Amino acid sequence: MVATLPSGHKRIDCAEMRGVSKRFPGVLANQNVDFDVKAGEIHALLGENGAGKSTLMKVLYGLYRPEEGQILLDGQPVTFHSPADALARGIGMIHQHFMLVPSLTVAENVALGMKPKRGIQLDLEEVRAKVRQLSALYGLKVNPDAYIWQLSVGEQQRVEIIKALYRGGALVILDEPTAVLTPQEVKELFVTLRTMSEQGHALIFITHKLGEVRELSTRITVMRDGRVVNTTPNQDVDRRKLARMMVGRDVLFQPDRPPINAGAVRLTVQDLHAKNDQGLPCLQGVNLDVRSGEIVGIAGVSGNGQREFAETIAGLRSAVSGVVLLDGKPILREAVSSRLKAGLAYVPEERMKHGIIGSFSVAENAILQDPDDYARGTFFNFRAISRHADQLIRSFNIKTPGSGAAAKNLSGGNIQKLILARELSRKPAVLIAAQPTRGVDISATEYIHHVLIDQRSAGVAIVLISEDLDEILALSDRIAVMYEGCIVGVLNREDADVETLGLMMAGVTDHVN
Amino acid sequence: MNLRISRSDFIIALAPLIAFLLALVAGGGILLVLGKNPIEAYGVMLDGAFGNEASLFRTLTRATPLLIIAVGICIAFRAGVINIGAEGQLFVGAISAAGFSIYAGAQLPPILLVPLTLLVGMIAGALWGAVPGFLKARFDVNEILSTVMMNEIAVQLLLFLLSGPMIDPEQLAQGTRVPQSAQLPEASWLARLAPPSQLHTGLFIGLAAAVVVYLLLWRTTTGFRIRAVGQNRDASRYAGISVPRYLMLGLVLSGALAGLAGAVEVTGITHRVVEGFAVGYGFSGIVVALFGRLHPLGAVPSAFLFGALLVGADKMQRTMQVPSATITVLQGLVVIFVVSSDFWVRRYTARRQARVATNMPITPEVTPATPSEVSA
Repeated sequence: MVATLPSGHKRIDCAEMRGVSKRFPGVLANQNVDFDVKAGEIHALLGENGAGKSTLMKVLYGLYRPEEGQILLDGQPVTFHSPADALARGIGMIHQHFMLVPSLTVAENVALGMKPKRGIQLDLEEVRAKVRQLSALYGLKVNPDAYIWQLSVGEQQRVEIIKALYRGGALVILDEPTAVLTPQEVKELFVTLRTMSEQGHALIFITHKLGEVRELSTRITVMRDGRVVNTTPNQDVDRRKLARMMVGRDVLFQPDRPPINAGAVRLTVQDLHAKNDQGLPCLQGVNLDVRSGEIVGIAGVSGNGQREFAETIAGLRSAVSGVVLLDGKPILREAVSSRLKAGLAYVPEERMKHGIIGSFSVAENAILQDPDDYARGTFFNFRAISRHADQLIRSFNIKTPGSGAAAKNLSGGNIQKLILARELSRKPAVLIAAQPTRGVDISATEYIHHVLIDQRSAGVAIVLISEDLDEILALSDRIAVMYEGCIVGVLNREDADVETLGLMMAGVTDHVN
Repeated sequence: MNLRISRSDFIIALAPLIAFLLALVAGGGILLVLGKNPIEAYGVMLDGAFGNEASLFRTLTRATPLLIIAVGICIAFRAGVINIGAEGQLFVGAISAAGFSIYAGAQLPPILLVPLTLLVGMIAGALWGAVPGFLKARFDVNEILSTVMMNEIAVQLLLFLLSGPMIDPEQLAQGTRVPQSAQLPEASWLARLAPPSQLHTGLFIGLAAAVVVYLLLWRTTTGFRIRAVGQNRDASRYAGISVPRYLMLGLVLSGALAGLAGAVEVTGITHRVVEGFAVGYGFSGIVVALFGRLHPLGAVPSAFLFGALLVGADKMQRTMQVPSATITVLQGLVVIFVVSSDFWVRRYTARRQARVATNMPITPEVTPATPSEVSA
């Protein structure tokens, strides 16, 4: 009996990979891996960056051919020479970077690459109808006539899912699908994925986020260093166990925090006003004091002025009015470079765009703010530069082939370590860290938290901006909540809990003193 | 891993050369259509460029201004600004140097006259580059448009000066009024290296410029900031670098070198500015820079090759009786092929990086297309 899916295609009851090994020059990306997924299942593939998850899935999708091992679909061995073969067998993949043409409509994108049924004429009307039908069946709200460039990231992802369904994806692989989404979009995506699995699709979900795995999946396979550590039903494990499997050792979710030893006020913000990129007020009278040796967490739903706050302090956005004092000196009229000299350090939210110059080497990125300190007169002292870079690499445990490697080839966690290392090597008085661990894997996150605590002990005044409440609660001594461009309340860590913070983040402040 | 990287670096380095040869093949097709034997024609060309000492000197003479311009273009491109204005910067450099030398030449000792004349040319070119630089830095005016417009202004200015205030007194005396300047005093001429050929000391100025700019870009803090701004303006701003200042500096230095090229050409070869002086040099200089992969030391062999192309094509035109436009077509083909080779190289490296990235996933960075990108 051949079971069909609502999308009208044949379903895959079981896809199996047996003893798959894949080598790249110098790397054994997959080593004798066994993996399987069944219809109606959401199988999470969990692992740190570089564990071999994506490679394994690219083998299944026909992008790579394995050196050893085989793929079985419903018990039948198959060989894929290209993604087209995999697609023909009902396997679809949604990549992290969407493969959509911005200047075409949704329907045109879906039709792209499909063989026209009648001669050379493409029946777009039929595609449009099918897109509408699929979006109704699976609860994927998408207008087939909208242009891709008009769509949000979440909507573009829905188009990718529809594309996969349209082409007969009975088994759909999703490569870190939540990395680019807002929390609301993640929720919608999960609803869609549950619907798809209930309809009989087999889903593979690649991620390194433990929370999502626990929430969504039915089974979990953990990979480390190219091998499968374990495959287990979701209900048999917890966060701590999964983290240990992923990293290979116990992970501290709550870093040890020595008792606070706060000193003098180093950063003072008084009645700060600023406008956002659209020219609308986004900071409306922010007041905050940060003392030496404390971490002040800034919590809030994304878009309530946190980013603009960090940018205004760092000198990247001009303030409308207000006062900002660094060690008692006003800095609001100063250029970025003099703020940096005065002792300000900034870890920007978008590290690839703002934190580093991708084509520059690790060493060049390490001296980005103060090249003059590594020069005699105007000529560089290359020995001093590489000594500095090597020291940062060693003391921050940055994984890189060397100080001459292009920074863009490092993993996200290591780029973040590089930025942090650079900022802290300047011995700052005040550190503004915006989303320091977003998109960073567990080991690097743990390390970055550890570094922030160390700096706190060393007397740095730290402002931690994060949308991750767990992170705020784990690190902060005081927590300020931003809502609509104001700080609506500051709580001591002992008085803060998720419920209170959640209410404050939604603008409810009645019960706070 | 190592093997693969070196192989692809090799391909990247060779890409312009392959493009150059392909352009010649395409040009051969055009020669065929004209009823000429391409192999014979290219043989004549090769002979014209390198055949004997005299032709080799001609090639080097022709390469000199191209090299100086190209080295300047490298600075602008490295700063992330596209300087199409070398042509105009060269004109004002040449006319200013000529003016200085003609009117101040008698008062100055010869030892000072040559360096000061060249310096005046550089300053004039720098000022001509500073205008679009300032507009770019202050008002974000597209530098491609502003530099092209500055070229037009320079052409008209040159014509005005040559037919009015700076016209050769002899032309006035004879009443012919050919638009050209007086001859420069001999004390301001660059020394000839191998008379009777025109090869002059400007060649050394060009080579020195290449080395100096290389050192500037890769060994100094100023060059570091220029390159940082060129690679990532946002990150540069975040790092406290004054982005407008370095954008402007890129165009000013680029203009200074184009101005120097003009001054070198007038003191080394023509000894006076005439209408139609050095036309097209500025644009060829851009191609030379691209051909040298925007590296000042790469510009040295690149300028030599282009000098050979121009000199050889001249000879081919005279010997083979092809229309003079054929030469322009040939140059155009080289430009198109070289510029598009850049595109292929970029695609190639992007694909290679994608392949590497699968081993070593970096953080997701998805940039949804913006309407402006779509319309572009």
